Amino acid sequence: MLDPQRRSVHRSMVVVGGGIAGISAAVEAAEAGYEVTIVERNPYLGGRVAQLNKYFPKLCAPTCGLEINFQRIKKNPRIRFLTMAEVESISGRPGEFDITVKQRPRYVNDRCTSCDACTEACTQTRPDAYNMGMGTTKAIYLPHAMAFPMKYVIDDNACRPEACGKCVNACKYGAIDLAMPARSIHLKAGAVIMATGWDPYDASRIDNLGFGHSPDIVTNIMMERLTAPNGPTGGHLVRPSDGRAVKRIAFVQCAGSRDALHLGYCSAICCMASLKQASYVIERFPDAEVTIFYIDLRAPGGYDAFSRKIQASGNVRLINGKVAKIVETAGDLVVEAEDIQAQAKRRVAVDMVVLASGMASALARGKPPANCAVDDDSFVVADGTMPGIFAAGCARSPGDVSAAVQDATAAVMQAIGAIQTAARG
Amino acid sequence: MTNKLGVYVCSGCGIGERLLAGSLTKIAKCEFAAPVAQSARAFCLEEAEWIRNDVGKGVVDSVVIAACSPRVNTDVFAFPGATVERVNIREQVAWSHPAGDPEAQAMAEDHLRMGIARAAKRKAPAPYTEANERRVLVVGGGIAGLNAALHAAAAGFEVVLVEREARLGGAVARLKSQYPTRPPYQAPEKTKIDRLIEQVEASTRILVYTGAQVARVAGQPGRFNVTVTRNGKPAELVVGAIVLATGWKPPDKARLDAYGYGRIANVVTSLELEEMAAKGPVRRPSDGRPAKTVALISVDSAADEKQIPHAGNVESLVALKQAIDLRADDPERQVYVAYRYMHTPGQNEYFYKAAQQDPGIFLARTAERAVSEDKNGRVLVELDSTPLGGRQQIAVDLVVVGTGMEPASPAVEGLHLDYLQGEGMPVNRFGCADSNFICFPYETRRTGIYAAGCVRKAMDIAESTRDGTAAALKAIQCIELSSAGAAVHPRVGDLAYPEILTRHCTQCWRCTEECPFGAIEVNAATRTPEVNPNRCRRCGTCLGACPVQVISFPDYSVNMLSAMVHAAALPMGDGAGPRVLVLACENDAYPAIDMAGINRANLPGSVRIVPVRCLGSVNRAVVAEAVIAGYDAVALMGCRSGEDYQCHFIHGSEVLNTRMDNIREVIDRMALGPERVQYLEVAISEAAKIPGMLNDVLEKARAFGASPLRFAAE
Repeated sequence: MLDPQRRSVHRSMVVVGGGIAGISAAVEAAEAGYEVTIVERNPYLGGRVAQLNKYFPKLCAPTCGLEINFQRIKKNPRIRFLTMAEVESISGRPGEFDITVKQRPRYVNDRCTSCDACTEACTQTRPDAYNMGMGTTKAIYLPHAMAFPMKYVIDDNACRPEACGKCVNACKYGAIDLAMPARSIHLKAGAVIMATGWDPYDASRIDNLGFGHSPDIVTNIMMERLTAPNGPTGGHLVRPSDGRAVKRIAFVQCAGSRDALHLGYCSAICCMASLKQASYVIERFPDAEVTIFYIDLRAPGGYDAFSRKIQASGNVRLINGKVAKIVETAGDLVVEAEDIQAQAKRRVAVDMVVLASGMASALARGKPPANCAVDDDSFVVADGTMPGIFAAGCARSPGDVSAAVQDATAAVMQAIGAIQTAARG
Repeated sequence: MTNKLGVYVCSGCGIGERLLAGSLTKIAKCEFAAPVAQSARAFCLEEAEWIRNDVGKGVVDSVVIAACSPRVNTDVFAFPGATVERVNIREQVAWSHPAGDPEAQAMAEDHLRMGIARAAKRKAPAPYTEANERRVLVVGGGIAGLNAALHAAAAGFEVVLVEREARLGGAVARLKSQYPTRPPYQAPEKTKIDRLIEQVEASTRILVYTGAQVARVAGQPGRFNVTVTRNGKPAELVVGAIVLATGWKPPDKARLDAYGYGRIANVVTSLELEEMAAKGPVRRPSDGRPAKTVALISVDSAADEKQIPHAGNVESLVALKQAIDLRADDPERQVYVAYRYMHTPGQNEYFYKAAQQDPGIFLARTAERAVSEDKNGRVLVELDSTPLGGRQQIAVDLVVVGTGMEPASPAVEGLHLDYLQGEGMPVNRFGCADSNFICFPYETRRTGIYAAGCVRKAMDIAESTRDGTAAALKAIQCIELSSAGAAVHPRVGDLAYPEILTRHCTQCWRCTEECPFGAIEVNAATRTPEVNPNRCRRCGTCLGACPVQVISFPDYSVNMLSAMVHAAALPMGDGAGPRVLVLACENDAYPAIDMAGINRANLPGSVRIVPVRCLGSVNRAVVAEAVIAGYDAVALMGCRSGEDYQCHFIHGSEVLNTRMDNIREVIDRMALGPERVQYLEVAISEAAKIPGMLNDVLEKARAFGASPLRFAAE
């Protein structure tokens, strides 16, 4: 029954994206006996969750689950992964897909032992993308301490190979190849899982919220980095502008979401994320004043208990209304909003503002590679997609980690069904 | 059996600059008579070939590599035909100590001795491959169960589907429509439940039992023995894995009294409205007259936290859908939707906007829900909504209570497990099957049994469809792994399982109680514990629990940990430096220590770090032996326990903490200072705290004074 040898059906899958959905899909498929290749754009696996400080509602470290998943990948010979790689085209049919992948050069090969001698030698720096541009790394760098694979990488926007080459000399293992070319890779697979994930919506496009005008107006994902123990401040929550403690903070919900000018949909996780981030502030400053400006406080999927727990902390004030503008006066940021319930205007002075910027589908970056039907917001539409190609996680719909894992597991089952059906002819 | 030991000491990555590799190979040769002991600049590169050759030639069958952390280069350091033991002298020694620190050399040497001791105790596992049944049992024929059955069948597996009711379809079959699942997300859609039922009934791989219930489940993944009763007659089945998809129900009538349900005729539940609407125009139940005005009110979970489960987005979206359906049913009808928060995540927002566009739908955010009745059979609803003009009362023909969804209790319904730990699935505080629900939502505490759909949490049709599909994958995966005798999550592929030396067992049955997965039963004839290998997740909690140390894995045991404890060469006599044994959970604490090394933090050189599978696997004997051996302190590092536990084995730190009193008592009785044993809670992300924590342990150890046992030996 499980012999897909009739016709040249591939008993394998390609997973596009190595975030939590993609990783989960890969391990679930491999542990059910299927070969998998993950194609990941970043130099490391883990995607957005690798940048988070904690998960709601358990307030636990994302690296805890990632560690287990990485161990599962390391121990399973059925899983292969390509980093710095993007899918260019997908053609074929269930059981017989051809996938073309373009891999950017890492300039560091598999001989890298991650000894760190290269960064000591390197003289160039680059903005630290893992920390959302807050802080810098050397041009040759390990993306972060838990990066998997634990291999260094060179940012070719920052490196000056013609003038330097110090890292090449510093490396005792011959791991650095400044002439490494981009590669084109052809993969064959029985099914494809799109787990392309999300990007934070570009907050600078929301004119009234002042992102970019004050360093103390940050996005929610920047807030994750500013509180993470491995972030640019070592987890000390301070104002980016002057390093002062953050005692008064405002969260602006729907920064881009539920807004016809930006993202028409609800990004699903931002209310919970802001409540979680409120707990970061209170944990550090027990007398902190937290104000959350919201339209509807959304706790989908049974997170109501967590929502109420944070609200009950005594530090959190909820104001029902959309923020009109944020202005800087005398070192303070003043958030102006209409309080719908009180039918009054509010002006709240704070030290720092966190914009709950929404989730944009990563497929909005360009044209989706496959015959992969997407809606107006670039999310994959289940029924319109080519048979044998399945979407999981935020490629399908904005959602949290648990939903992404659920989706990924379901997508693998569908992929197996497609492969087995193709094998039966 | 003696091992043919090969010790390979790497000097790459700065190890050679910090440590004397030659002294390490000398220890291997002189102290352990290793036939092969070599060092090289980087064993992960070309020199890996040396190891491969030694193994290939049969010179070595027990490879010990002193180099980087076992967390890296797992694939490079795999040599078929040999066991591989990794000794961490890079992250936890060379990278976390300043150059020229003599304590670092001593630490590396002890880590090597401990690794060799561990390798010597490692036995090849003999996997249990006796349970090979490939059939999947799906309990519950609603939307989740139907999808589970259909997808398992599509993957080529035989399925038995058991449904309590006379027909398939569950709650979804009672609905008029569902809210939209595809662009432009504007209008309700027909459910596809009839088509799904047809497909299931037509499948040659699916055997459907309607009007049937599961009376008993015994056995283990790969071979569950199941009794199904139908029309009072029992039938026996054997299956490999189970999907539990028993769905949900509305709360009891009595709990909806505050909303008028049960005491006012024209108050119905949301599910009852669906059934009415599916049959034709919606009318007042009291007199059959048209319902010209309808109020949809959702239960206020804030007021009813203890009583009524909240269904979040499902409740909000069902109310919106019903409002739109009610308007389509009678365009003259006015519909009020009273809500506290409108949960319409993702693309559902567009559906919310569609409802907002309808002039006949009044959306009111309100905390008030008081419901009464007037003399004309009209229902009066109190609202308090400032934007709608403050406190007011509306009179409507019909009130629909969005009830929330209560999971069919996995603790009492559905399976009737014939397990010593009880017949239900262990549940979390929400009454749903317990799991690490963020990262690993399907990994319940009953291996091989996967909850799906609303028994797992409140979810809508689209999500239940995915959930049932996903649970089917877990079921077939479990069947594949179990038939090979391999563990499922999180130690996937582990072939070893615990063996119990029953003739020395005192029959206290502590192991049967502490096993987080109910893997150990009591043999009816001998009264001794008996492991079901395929239920076991290989955490070692049983061997940690056993007061007489008779439980062990072939590759992990009290004996092995004790050997490691004793392998370290503790300095003796006056002026000898302190020594602290760190037993670190390999899932969180151990990686955190690695991360401290990667960040080049300084760790005290007097610690000796031993990874353990879980703190639950730490037996008091190991701790006592360490104290008796002369360690000044023992630090047990694990993760957070309690309601938001992180343990991948559910309660490792918790059971360890219950053992702590006992451990301290043992040590106190020997007058060695019970404070020498310390529990430290650390998250994987807390690498920065590690040096401080270890230094603190060291300070405390100094405060107790050096262990007398290291003077007594002089």
